[in-house]
Amino acid sequence: MSEKPKIGMYWCASCGGCEESVVDLAEGILDVVAAVDIVFWPVAMDFKRADIEAMPDGSIAATFINGAVRTSEQLEMVRLLRQKSAAVIAYGSCAQMGGIPGLANQKDREDILRYVYEESPTVENAAQIRPQRTHGVNGATATLPSFHGNVRTLDQVIPVEYYLPGCPPTPRLLAAAVQALLEGALPAAGSVLAPDTALCEECPRRDSKPEELHIDQFHRPHAVHIDAERCLLAQGVVCMGPATRGGCEAVCVQGNMPCTGCFGPTSRVKDQGAKMLSSLAANSAGEEDAAITGVLESIPDPLGTLYRYGLPASMLHRSLSDTNRSKEQST
Amino acid sequence: MNMQQPNSGEDAAWRPRIVAFFCNWCTYTAADLAGVSRMKYAPNTRIVRVMCSGRIDPQFVLDAFRHGADGVLIGGCHPGDCHYSEGNYKALRRYHLLRRLLADMGVAEQRFRLEWISASEGDKVKSVIDQMVAQLQELGPLDLPGRRADWDAELGENGEDDLTAGIAAEAAEEVSHV
Ligand code: SF4
Ligand code: SF4
Ligand code: FES
Repeated sequence: MSEKPKIGMYWCASCGGCEESVVDLAEGILDVVAAVDIVFWPVAMDFKRADIEAMPDGSIAATFINGAVRTSEQLEMVRLLRQKSAAVIAYGSCAQMGGIPGLANQKDREDILRYVYEESPTVENAAQIRPQRTHGVNGATATLPSFHGNVRTLDQVIPVEYYLPGCPPTPRLLAAAVQALLEGALPAAGSVLAPDTALCEECPRRDSKPEELHIDQFHRPHAVHIDAERCLLAQGVVCMGPATRGGCEAVCVQGNMPCTGCFGPTSRVKDQGAKMLSSLAANSAGEEDAAITGVLESIPDPLGTLYRYGLPASMLHRSLSDTNRSKEQST
Repeated sequence: MNMQQPNSGEDAAWRPRIVAFFCNWCTYTAADLAGVSRMKYAPNTRIVRVMCSGRIDPQFVLDAFRHGADGVLIGGCHPGDCHYSEGNYKALRRYHLLRRLLADMGVAEQRFRLEWISASEGDKVKSVIDQMVAQLQELGPLDLPGRRADWDAELGENGEDDLTAGIAAEAAEEVSHV
């Protein structure tokens, strides 16, 4: 047995981009592999659940878990990894805040299953067959995990020591986190491993961001010619920079696209979407109902814009029109 | 509309809880007046005094719902009368965007309201709150803390995965039926 710290990697409800971001370390990955002992990484290595179960509790120095938690299998696996790991790192927006999969919290489980297995235009399923959790075949039983009613952030199901934000996290932040881990220089538990300042602070366009704005029309990025120098908000493009944590080096803005908020809020903000809503509304024009709603109508999807990556982490967590409490359905 | 009484039975006396954010210069003064002149308005309203309606962060509104408010009311000075000149226009713009967000989140529109109430309109404080109470009574509890507990039932208790236990039981049953 080597003395190198043991590292685990796992994925839940995710797209695979976070796994790929490890490869973005490029040749730096060789240093990491030399310095640690990877004991679990389903996407790349052939270790099994039983191998983890056989390990003493707390014996993995750190496990990086990406993806949101939506199924009973994911829940079981993260609980097992929690037990076996000294530190758990929520890796990427989905593990930290629910991410894109978290947008499914706009719908009830039944609505999702009905759409996917019956109503979607590309589905032919006249018999309305749905996946079953158990199925008997020749005397044996096959099982499937259950599909939860809610998408959850990692820290809504297990305690988490650190968060590496981003969709996906940048190689620079990952390298810094691994370095800190190897040197025993990680900050206090609960920390987000990125600067605690708003993205605007590190944005190359920040000097062109006016103190106060009076936006009279918002523009979606594909529908307007975006000046490559000026602050995007000043051009009426919704840029989440003011409500989003920095640390990504403003990669999207540098690519002439607005920030969509993947790094989540700073520690002073409890609800990223509400914070951005506040700033957008304060900086738009109009003093009477009709004028105000006219301006704000040019933001076509407030929920999807303000909580692109953070619906499960938001104060309300999910849509409240759930069928078992049908009173809200009047809306 | 569901005809069943909200919380019927043991909790028959359920009354909606309203969190009201009132600006110091107008609406809070009006509410004070309503209190002083012994007007009776629904006692299940918690009033939070803020210096100006423009100070009401949308996070406050969501936080109130999160902690169990059934409705949130914002009160400020009439247009043109804000002590800080522009605060109530900001509040109005935030209100309109938050209204849309709450609708997207499946929250009934009657649960979130904004009213301009000047210092002398104590009677308006009473009529607005009475009306809101009646509407919320009709809607029933929002009960976010209770809903969260319901949602989390699928996680099982004490770290045990009840779902796996469920699967095992179902599987055993299925096998025995084969
Ligand atoms: S709003 Fe966007 S473009 Fe403007 S300074 Fe902030 S991050 Fe940069
Ligand atoms: S600019 Fe915004 S969306 Fe883009 S990587 Fe940075 S935090 Fe994420
Ligand atoms: S002081 Fe009353 S709304 Fe601004």
